[in-house]
Amino acid sequence: MTAHAHEHHGPPAANQSSRIAPTVLGMLLFIASEAMLFGSFFAALFFARVVNPAAPGHWPPPPFHFPVFVAGVNTCILVTSSFTMHWSVQSIRRNDRAGMKAGVTLTILLGLAFLLTQAIEYAHVGFNTGDGAFASTFFGLTGLHGAHVFIGLSLLTFAAVRAFRGHYSPEHYHGLEIPGIYWHFVDVMWIVVYTTVYLL
Amino acid sequence: MRNPLRDEGAAFRLVLAAIGYFGLIAVGSWISTWLGLAVFVVLTAGAVWFVWTGRRERPARHRVASDPGTRRILVVANETVEGAELLAAIRERVHGGRAELYVVSPALNSKLRHWVSDEDGAREAAQARLDRSLARLEANGLPAQGEIGDADPVQAVEDALRGFGGIDEIVLSTHPEGRSHWLERGVVDAMRHRFDVPLTHVVVDLERQP
Repeated sequence: MTAHAHEHHGPPAANQSSRIAPTVLGMLLFIASEAMLFGSFFAALFFARVVNPAAPGHWPPPPFHFPVFVAGVNTCILVTSSFTMHWSVQSIRRNDRAGMKAGVTLTILLGLAFLLTQAIEYAHVGFNTGDGAFASTFFGLTGLHGAHVFIGLSLLTFAAVRAFRGHYSPEHYHGLEIPGIYWHFVDVMWIVVYTTVYLL
Repeated sequence: MRNPLRDEGAAFRLVLAAIGYFGLIAVGSWISTWLGLAVFVVLTAGAVWFVWTGRRERPARHRVASDPGTRRILVVANETVEGAELLAAIRERVHGGRAELYVVSPALNSKLRHWVSDEDGAREAAQARLDRSLARLEANGLPAQGEIGDADPVQAVEDALRGFGGIDEIVLSTHPEGRSHWLERGVVDAMRHRFDVPLTHVVVDLERQP
């Protein structure tokens, strides 16, 4: 019998010195990656704004202007969709299937209304990507967010189909909750975009 | 540290917080640029403090204290977990020595269901398989503990190796060649390639079980 009778095999134990659970770390990395993606667009926006000779007094450069009111209405639509999403998840937790289905359906309709309003806004905004850096960054940021809304709507559509097919229960509703979390995240990102691009 | 997206409720509260945060900054900036900047600094400092002072979410640890002479065996519970060959293989390894058994039951799912988060059925089936295998091991004098794993069996084993810690051997059973999806997909080879842990592959022919 040698001193190494119990030789250890296998990978080393996971490094948990950070004291952050893997699930939390995963979500934080996701948020960080999204923050960097949006951050690069925000950096371009801020740079374009700072180097603009008329900044900060006149933004966007005259004679253009951003449709603040329409975007504000769109913000209300998206924020409302977060409430309906929350209602949907809370409903299934109470085993209220009708509430769950109504909530997720309303959320999808509000998301579609948001995208439709944004498309109409693009058609009537009065400038295009070739009209300057402000226009490029405007379409870049709002378009990037619109793509996130589209992904969120796709996920919610899967969840809705499953909800109407009788899936989910008060114990098992991950398939609804995870798109819900993503939807709220997309909503938060829009609040950042709206404040930064349209209001400030 | 708080995770602002740990569940749907927390994410919804983040939306409300974002409305308050950016609303106050916008109002401050509307009054005066410097006031807006001050509001931004104060609110950001408050938000950072709130996030960092939250209750720490400690990683779950399954590691159990065992003496150095005890072998720790990980059993992968798939459809063939009730096969007599697998039970015999486990007995052979435990026989005459001390051993701790850990069972991981992958939540096997179709790709489409996986991508649309339709995993409830897969998890229920995995839980039932885990319960059956733990009961069968217990009935044969082999107490074990276990958990449900990832839909990808290789990932499930990797998670289990890290979660249980100090595993000395993996025991994996499959259907015979020609009827085994795992063999067709090269799951056994992938595990041998990825993990520096001895892996015993047991072929279970359920059609020839008594």
